[in-house]
Amino acid sequence: MTAGATTAGGPARTGRAGRLNRALDNRNLLGLLFMLPAAALLLVFLTYPLGLGIWLGFTDTRIGRGGHWVGLANYLYLAGDAVARLSVFNTIVYTVVASTFKFALGLWLALLLNEKLPFKSILRAIVLLPFIVPTALSAIAFWWIYDAQFSVISWMLVRLGWIHQYIDFLGDPWLARMSTIIANIWRGVPFVAICLLAGLQTISPSYYEAASLDGASSWQKFRYVTMPLLTPIIAVVMTFSVLFTFTDFQLIYVLTRGGPANATHLMATLSFQRAIPGGALGEGAALAVAMIPFLLAAILFSYFGLQRRAWQQGADS
Amino acid sequence: MSDSKRREFLKTTAGVAAGAALGGGSVLFPIDAGAAEYKITPEKGAKLRLLRWKRFVQGDETLWMENTKKFTEKTGITVQVDNESWEDVRPKAAVAANIGSGPDLILGWLDDPFQYSDKLVDVTDLANYLGAKYGGWYDICRTYGMHGKRWQSIPVGIVGNAIVYRDSQVKAAGFDGIPKDSANFLKLCKALKAKGTPAGFAFGHAVGDGNTWCNWLLWQQGGKLVDAHNNVVINSPETIAALEYAKELYDTFIPGTLSWGDPSNNKAFLGGQISLTANGISIYYVAKDSTDPAMKAMAQDIQHARFPIGPAGKPTEFNLFTQMMIFKYSKYPNAAKEYLRFMMEGDQFNPWMKAAIGYVSQPLKAYASNPMWTADPKATPYRDVAAVTLDDGYAGTLGYASAAVMADYVVVDMFASVVSGAKSPKDAAALAEKQALRYYKV
Repeated sequence: MTAGATTAGGPARTGRAGRLNRALDNRNLLGLLFMLPAAALLLVFLTYPLGLGIWLGFTDTRIGRGGHWVGLANYLYLAGDAVARLSVFNTIVYTVVASTFKFALGLWLALLLNEKLPFKSILRAIVLLPFIVPTALSAIAFWWIYDAQFSVISWMLVRLGWIHQYIDFLGDPWLARMSTIIANIWRGVPFVAICLLAGLQTISPSYYEAASLDGASSWQKFRYVTMPLLTPIIAVVMTFSVLFTFTDFQLIYVLTRGGPANATHLMATLSFQRAIPGGALGEGAALAVAMIPFLLAAILFSYFGLQRRAWQQGADS
Repeated sequence: MSDSKRREFLKTTAGVAAGAALGGGSVLFPIDAGAAEYKITPEKGAKLRLLRWKRFVQGDETLWMENTKKFTEKTGITVQVDNESWEDVRPKAAVAANIGSGPDLILGWLDDPFQYSDKLVDVTDLANYLGAKYGGWYDICRTYGMHGKRWQSIPVGIVGNAIVYRDSQVKAAGFDGIPKDSANFLKLCKALKAKGTPAGFAFGHAVGDGNTWCNWLLWQQGGKLVDAHNNVVINSPETIAALEYAKELYDTFIPGTLSWGDPSNNKAFLGGQISLTANGISIYYVAKDSTDPAMKAMAQDIQHARFPIGPAGKPTEFNLFTQMMIFKYSKYPNAAKEYLRFMMEGDQFNPWMKAAIGYVSQPLKAYASNPMWTADPKATPYRDVAAVTLDDGYAGTLGYASAAVMADYVVVDMFASVVSGAKSPKDAAALAEKQALRYYKV
């Protein structure tokens, strides 16, 4: 190789420098080099923690003490643990209900904001507010709204004479689930709305003009022009939304800590409770890893179910 | 505490205080004999980092920092003090122990040191010295501070709860104070409910308030999670009795206590919604220090009492315990010990405890004679916390399992699921047994 490199490199490119220069002219090698920093970042901050988490899930590691390989013992225990099963159920209810409402309300809001409105930009900025406020802060606001003794909603309804006893928002299992879901929806709608609004604005007005000429009704325009063109964006936005909802933690932690009697424990909060305050790192990790199949299913659904066009699945044309 | 027990206790503490004053502490406590001499040389150029829970009351932090400053002036050792919310200290301490790097000293909670006992510096000599000099440690301090024969941490105090109540409302309900036994306590709560001034205790995932009073609920009827050999015995007739007692008690509460977190009872009490709860001394001081005349009037009306005694026949309280740990990874273990010694000496500890206005009760018996406990008689019930409290591993030993069971709210949820009507006492006890077995088999 040495001889070849010298000959081909010409007189100016001799020795080590020449080999380097020639190597850098190679598109493949250069591409690899450029990708290296990103790959290193992913490896250190994504692959390693994920791998560590998966590994921990197969051990009985406790905080402050190393663990031994226990195979599927953590998973088998969790499968038989009533609280863990309840948390899976809660998480699915939480995600399905919250995501459905976030999608419906978000789309509705996006369509409204896409109309010609006075003060459009200010309105759009206001809509984003719930998303901008740190979750921990908005959760504390909801905590007061849902308070068993000082709830403003209960106070108002009692004053109006509609109810006679304060509503136990976070004390009754189903009410608590619904209350936390509503708080999550409140926070998540702006994200969906703004993303879908961006999608709506990429749809060329000429389609609507053509549809109008053909005598399409508003519903038909929405059904046959807006929806098909918006589907790719919906797929992406809802995938993100489902992922965020499924892995929610802060809201539950501030509002209920998973109470009453674990009725609002999500997989993420229970995983934290078992791993960090409880010290059972292995079990907590296993519970966190158990979320991955659900998340993958959500991603695959959006990938194959909603992004039906070839180019969206990575084909060249 | 029964009257006779209380008198006994007062006699002992008074004797101990007198003994300590005469320098005769070692005579009363022969175990610690000969340990009153203590000298340690801090490493050259030592610098310390301390992680402690963020104060519940400003005076605590002010005095702690003043004492620390005094220490730095005397020894030239700088101490950086980091404050974290009290619930965050536990995971942080665990992580520090796990990775072998972090603050030299951590002011942690309850059974923390048992989770990583082998990573902590042995402080037996210091503990013996302090015990001998200051009238001896309360039993609960030995339980939490010692691992076998070795001291693994230095107890700093008990963040105690007591029954907090509105005197006028309890009197209006026909009671002269808090009954000493749990059967009459239930009657009191029923009477309070009938008068429209109900009681309220947390049944939600309240780390402090929920765990402390729910353990009392269980223990006062003779129920317990484990026996002395760590066998899980929660599924017992005593537990069923405790669950039935709790259900009756819950029916007298203000609605909504299933969702109560740690701050909820404070808010409800100060908002005039409840007449009785269990809490630290904070409720009283918020009312007392308020500029609002209505609040000041409420402070006049607030009284404190220890928890009633149930069929178990002895005090069965549970209170939060805080202690200082030195980690083996510290480069300056001697300096850390010297700092601890300095902070625990009477010249520093007494003013600090006074500034903490009753949030923290003494771990060393001699400090019970601090006038702060009697200057305001309403603080007195908090003085006796260390003498009556049990540990969270009761009746077994402390360790991974006791910490995990508490972190998982096994006991709290057992009660919550029964009082809410979601589970029968039998089912709830069986589920708690199953959950506890998981942790106690390790």
